[in-house]
Amino acid sequence: MMETFAALAHGMAVAVQPMNLLYALIGVFLGTAVGVLPGIGPALTVALLLPVTYKLDPGGSLIMFAGIYYGGMYGGSTTAILINTPGESASMATALEGNKMAKAGRGGPALATSAIGSFVAGTIATIGLAFLAPWLVDFAVRFGPEDYFALMCVAFVTVSATFGDSPIRGLTSLFIGLTLGLVGIDKLTGQARLAFGVPELLDGVEVTTLAVGLFAVGEALYVASRRHHTEEKLEPVRGSLWMTKEDWKRSWKPWLRGTMFGFPIGALPAGGAEIPTFLSYSCEKRLTKYPEEFGKGAIEGVAGPEAANNASAAGTLVPLLTLGLPTSATAAMMLAGFQQYGLNPGPLLFAERPDLVWGLIASLFIANCMLLVLNLPLVGLWVRLLAIPQPWLYSGILVFATMGTIAAKPSVVELSMLAGFGVLGFLMRRFDFPIAPVVVGLILGPIAESQLRRALAISLGDPMTLLQSPISATLLALALIALLAPFVLKGMGRFKANED
Amino acid sequence: MTPGDPAQPPRRVDRAGIVIAALLAGLAAVLVWDARGLQSTTMYGMGPEAMPVVIASGLALLAIGNLVDALRGSLPARESADPVPVVLILAGLALLIGIIGFGGGFILATSALFVTTSAAFGRRAVLVDSAIALVMSTLIYLAFDRLLTLSLPAGPLERLL
Repeated sequence: MMETFAALAHGMAVAVQPMNLLYALIGVFLGTAVGVLPGIGPALTVALLLPVTYKLDPGGSLIMFAGIYYGGMYGGSTTAILINTPGESASMATALEGNKMAKAGRGGPALATSAIGSFVAGTIATIGLAFLAPWLVDFAVRFGPEDYFALMCVAFVTVSATFGDSPIRGLTSLFIGLTLGLVGIDKLTGQARLAFGVPELLDGVEVTTLAVGLFAVGEALYVASRRHHTEEKLEPVRGSLWMTKEDWKRSWKPWLRGTMFGFPIGALPAGGAEIPTFLSYSCEKRLTKYPEEFGKGAIEGVAGPEAANNASAAGTLVPLLTLGLPTSATAAMMLAGFQQYGLNPGPLLFAERPDLVWGLIASLFIANCMLLVLNLPLVGLWVRLLAIPQPWLYSGILVFATMGTIAAKPSVVELSMLAGFGVLGFLMRRFDFPIAPVVVGLILGPIAESQLRRALAISLGDPMTLLQSPISATLLALALIALLAPFVLKGMGRFKANED
Repeated sequence: MTPGDPAQPPRRVDRAGIVIAALLAGLAAVLVWDARGLQSTTMYGMGPEAMPVVIASGLALLAIGNLVDALRGSLPARESADPVPVVLILAGLALLIGIIGFGGGFILATSALFVTTSAAFGRRAVLVDSAIALVMSTLIYLAFDRLLTLSLPAGPLERLL
């Protein structure tokens, strides 16, 4: 306990350095902007910034990436409330009641309760992260390569089975990502796999190229292809921005309950903010004293899911920092950010670079305070972003998307891969395959393979080593249960279908 | 949404789903074919060819799973898509790649992409958009070149700056 306080105080000293404060501010500002804009999310923003931040200080860049992550969560709710097209799936639950509130002229209180709720949840969840992380690190030190392999199997299954509504389509996405992860020179034997004699492919598929292609180019193609369907209506913010006493009274319990849903589920390697937000929504619907308001704009239905959303974002940082395990697309891009500086999140990083890790955690508290200030009084500014004409918005997104790749590797092969992944992203959206498992598969696939091969080399090729370690055996059993459960319980699919 | 949900009316075979299944099976075949060219040099444990085979088996299973979904017609319903904007954006990307490949430089390449994308989203003011695109990409080029000291590909326009 005391050690955590000391480490946190030390981290705070790192985080309040002027340069780091500036990085945090840039991060939350960019994050809020991209969260508000439809079509780009925090994962894409981090992907776009990776090549640009290559030469910057690692600590500052990571603080900026975390600010983007948190900011994206705040900004997404603004879009969900005001135009009913949630920027990311995590804001879908918010849109249900929030847009109704905006239509009824209560957009101000809806935005306020989501911003304050995000602040409360983000702060509590970051405290949770600070106290859970050292404990998990102590546990993770004992992990052998076979345990890490088993842990990644759990992440593979949960990421692909919890995203999207069909385990078959989720797993298909994952295996596409794993296939892309094979491309390039095998690190242990130096042999080229799936390179087909193309020299550019020997280094493997760049995570940023894949993410930018899937998220930015794919999204632009998809939105363009169905432009004739969508008719977006921006609800103006009418009336007071402030919450009444009644609003406060009805909001504080949903905030706390949302946090209780969001943080543990985000911290488990199950990932995804959708599940806790919908759990929180249905919980508030059941507990409310005003059931007649649900479906017409009940403030509890905004407060709870928004808190759950932000708490789960902080929760996903627990497995990312302590185990190097990304469970969301943004966390996967942050892992790529660490790797860009040759840093590997995990127990070793806590021991070797405590200033960096604790500075990052401490800066999350600062980012949360900045976001509260940025989002409450400045909400009018963000709303204006929504007025950018769609043609310029998507042209701009594509220019920035290709710019990152052109800056990193201005080769025809790399740009063609970007376009190819864009087509893949378009087709996957069109045929309803989830995107995040592809990115997670590309990043974790090669790590899982090398851990497995290391484990088998230590055991002289005996595969029973995977079952002899109690940690690994437990995790593999969990992965198997998580893999088979959706097929056995078809009710899981029905639960998902009811949500949308 | 749920496969085999009795409440849903039976839908006909989904042709796109069959193509997806065939593509997955083809990808699995490529993986196996590529893995056959690898030499296993490790004494103990797994060689480099083991993982591709494992992933190929997974892909083959998923191809069957997708095929079953397609034959049952239980894929989620799709809205109609307009191919013209998609082709326009892809043409823009092709132009960008061509201009970069032939040394036309960053500013011309991204401007071409900006204008075609804007047209794909329904704008018809090509001249105005070209002007906006040229100014924006010039500013980006200067910011990268002077502030971040990252070099973007230079062409005839960039040499004038």
